[in-house]
Amino acid sequence: MPSWNVNDQRVPQGRLALFSYLCVGCVVLLLVGFWKLQVVQSGHFADLAEKNGIRSIPIIAPRGAMLDRDGRVLVDSYPSFSILLLRDNPKLLEKSLPQIEDGLGISEEDLKQQLDAAKSEPKFMPIIIKPAASEADLAFVESHRADLPVLDLMMVQRRRYPHGEMLANTIGYVGEVSPEELEQSDGHYRPGDIVGKAGLEREYNDQLEGTDGMRRVVVNSVGKVMRTLDNIEAIPGKPIQLTIDYDLQSVAENDFANKEGALIAMDARTGAVLAMVSRPTFDPNDFAVRIPAKEWQQLNADPETPLLNRAIQAQLAPGSVFKIVMATAMLESKAIPANYTVYCPGYAEFYGRTFHCDHPHGEVDLHKGIVASCDVYFYNVGKLLGIDRIDHYATGLGLGRRTGIDLPGEEPGLIPSEDWVERVYHHKWYPGSTISVSIGQGAVMVTPIQLARMIAAVANGGTLIPPHLLKTATGLQPESFPLSDDTVQQVTDGMWGVVNEPDGTTSETVKLQNIDFSGKTGTAQTESFELQNKLGKHLKENGWFVGYAPRRNPEIVVAALVQGAGWGSSVAPIVRDVVKAYYDKKNGQLPRQPSTAENISAPSHPLVAAAAEQHP
Amino acid sequence: MKDRPRVHDFDWVLLAIAGAIALVGLLEIYSSTHASAMAGMQWKQLMWIGIGVAGMCLISLIDYHTLMDQAPALYMIGIAGLLIVLVIGYSRLGAKRWISLGGLVNLQVSEIMKLIIIIVLARFFAEVRTDRLTLADLAKVFVLTLIPVALILKQPDLGTAMVLVPVAVLGAFLAGIEWKHAAIGLVVVALLVPLAWNMRRHLKPYQQQRIQTFLHPEDNPRGAGYQILQSQIAVGSGGFWGKGFGKGSQNQLGFVPVRYSDFILAALAEEQGFIGVCVVLLLYLGLIMRLVDNAQKAKDRAGMFIVMGVTAILGFHVLINAAMVIGYMPVTGIPLPLMSYGGSSIAFVFLALGLVMSVRMRRFVN
Repeated sequence: MPSWNVNDQRVPQGRLALFSYLCVGCVVLLLVGFWKLQVVQSGHFADLAEKNGIRSIPIIAPRGAMLDRDGRVLVDSYPSFSILLLRDNPKLLEKSLPQIEDGLGISEEDLKQQLDAAKSEPKFMPIIIKPAASEADLAFVESHRADLPVLDLMMVQRRRYPHGEMLANTIGYVGEVSPEELEQSDGHYRPGDIVGKAGLEREYNDQLEGTDGMRRVVVNSVGKVMRTLDNIEAIPGKPIQLTIDYDLQSVAENDFANKEGALIAMDARTGAVLAMVSRPTFDPNDFAVRIPAKEWQQLNADPETPLLNRAIQAQLAPGSVFKIVMATAMLESKAIPANYTVYCPGYAEFYGRTFHCDHPHGEVDLHKGIVASCDVYFYNVGKLLGIDRIDHYATGLGLGRRTGIDLPGEEPGLIPSEDWVERVYHHKWYPGSTISVSIGQGAVMVTPIQLARMIAAVANGGTLIPPHLLKTATGLQPESFPLSDDTVQQVTDGMWGVVNEPDGTTSETVKLQNIDFSGKTGTAQTESFELQNKLGKHLKENGWFVGYAPRRNPEIVVAALVQGAGWGSSVAPIVRDVVKAYYDKKNGQLPRQPSTAENISAPSHPLVAAAAEQHP
Repeated sequence: MKDRPRVHDFDWVLLAIAGAIALVGLLEIYSSTHASAMAGMQWKQLMWIGIGVAGMCLISLIDYHTLMDQAPALYMIGIAGLLIVLVIGYSRLGAKRWISLGGLVNLQVSEIMKLIIIIVLARFFAEVRTDRLTLADLAKVFVLTLIPVALILKQPDLGTAMVLVPVAVLGAFLAGIEWKHAAIGLVVVALLVPLAWNMRRHLKPYQQQRIQTFLHPEDNPRGAGYQILQSQIAVGSGGFWGKGFGKGSQNQLGFVPVRYSDFILAALAEEQGFIGVCVVLLLYLGLIMRLVDNAQKAKDRAGMFIVMGVTAILGFHVLINAAMVIGYMPVTGIPLPLMSYGGSSIAFVFLALGLVMSVRMRRFVN
């Protein structure tokens, strides 16, 4: 028997019972506690639980780059950071505003306004208070992570236009997707997505935009990312290679400094656009981040219409360049003998009205009519042809209708006809109007690209090349408007004379050695009617020059328009420069412009790299 | 009179209640972890339950008197084990609680100490021949308990150390502590609390933080208060009916801290709602009541103290754990018996139930 009391059978029943009651009491208390949380306050905790959850953070796919025909970068993307303001802790937020004002230079008032605007959004959704953080901003956020937890960074991909205004109207710009685009995209876009808004950015948006990735993270009720659930990598957009030649573009842009107008240079055999200028213009980098509303309004309301791509959107009277159409119509229709001559006393009377010429040209045949650009000669040609024949040839050569270039917003221009007048103005065609049309005035409106294509077509026997900007474009079919060899011979001889003969309108000032440079000047007396109204003033005349080389079956055609230039002859040097650059490059004599990749350095602050690591 | 215990006398009701609780635990562990890298934990838990049941049967075969005879030796072994842990113990999560037995088996000595303290104190109280505890008896109980408590606190493991205390307190209560002594004890504890509060600087930083967090959880929602808050969010958002099995977002997304172990009740509360919590807590109440019943029917006072020692520890675990889950108690790392994932915890509970079985099976044995 052990020393201790083995068979003691006293059991404290009372105290055991007391213990049982105590246990029941404890369970009841616990159940009351659970009741409070699960029934009384369950709504509050359900709200908190909602904030605990999965947040999808898009990984923005960089847009594809745009390269010139030689692979030089015209547009690219770079990683950048947006500064986010977290709103889930209003008290902390309120306290932090003054410090944010100091550090990021955003006024407290501004911040409060932004917070107000986002009031209806869920509190755990941060707002972007600075779309493009500078390195100083990044440093500020990084160094204040502890005491300013309301700030965070988000990596985004921004568009960069390293050459600024160069080619801006052609390239276009990007911007946040509009509500309409959102609706039409059928879920493809989310609010805040960046899409191409104009120009090539819009035309080739589908290729350029990548597929955004998605990182699904678990965030807790205070917005802290706890872990990553999955990571769908972004697929970068595909680069596109353009037909643009950076070298020719540079030459053209330089010549257009301080000028207003447009230029288009094309490979006259294929329609590949080598250079395209429109002035005045804008800097698409201004759009790449978030353009202030004021600046956008200014750009839009600017009477000089910097957003207009004049090469394809300016619909203007072609002036004497139109005489090439007249000459072609005269020869092809055979309505007038090829050796038709007119005596020019410096003016002529038709239907009781006097029409002027620059100066008396004396006896004028077709060749001299083109070379010296005699109005009186073509007044007579026009009168003999009649408006419908002019319309037939002008339209056949591509005027007054879109060329189909791969850019949005191309304007058709207008070639008047009897039908058109009856349809629009409900009266018969006034024969007197034909006289004005004959020298590219009156109702005739064309775009620079139409003129370039028309001149190329006349010089190559009637092939209307398909203008395009994408180097890899396939399936482009030229249009055919066959011209007889004889016509081509005579008209191109005339255009050769304009440049190379003593009485040509360019007075031999733009002759090029060893190059059969030809062309036609034009001086249009008015601005487009609308633009003139808008400006409320009468500008100087528009100068045109459409040049090409060589004389027949040209390789390059360049149309240039300088608004307010006065005379077409003053525009010719620009075209000559581009054509010369083309041949210099072909012969290896043009110093190659450095590739942009060498010019542009990526932002290389260590903080950017560090932040990039944190936000993979 | 029978002369040996029979399987018939096994407490099948107690086993059924324990089994039901363990099954609920298994299901909740599955629900909490099936979609994570820890999938399959329920099988490991089931294995531990199997081992525990086997251990329970083995212990029940041993006459508890035999174990109580060895109480002094067991006590010394336990203390020695705790000392060894402090010297050469295997450190995990910043605390030395384990002795490596090679391979994958790590012995948590403090769990064994829980069993030993039950036996040792039962033996002590059974030796008291009167219905009253003298101050000298109380002092002895105090010292016997304080030594292992201090050693476990040193590991540091505040939770397990605290668990030993109710064995002594309930034991003293049942052994006939005088009401005035009990009152004095309560007053002393009441006075010690502010003192301990002033002494808190001597606590480990994590303990300080836990207390701080418990008192002011909103101060640092990103830090330690986070666990309590997340637990409350899970429980509260579960509502009356719960979100459904495997559908608790807080649980499934891992917001509930150690949702398969210490906070398994929060996971259950989110998915099964207040109804589920009621079922589970009533199961535990049933378990406790059945244990008390066993104590009442014990053959002798010694057996009663063994059963009530087990009851004290299990009841305390449930109370502290459930209170922690709803934010009424600081986070102490006390698992929910039978439900929380963990080999040591499961093994302890079944071995303790083995002691109870040993008492029950011998109630008619001479």
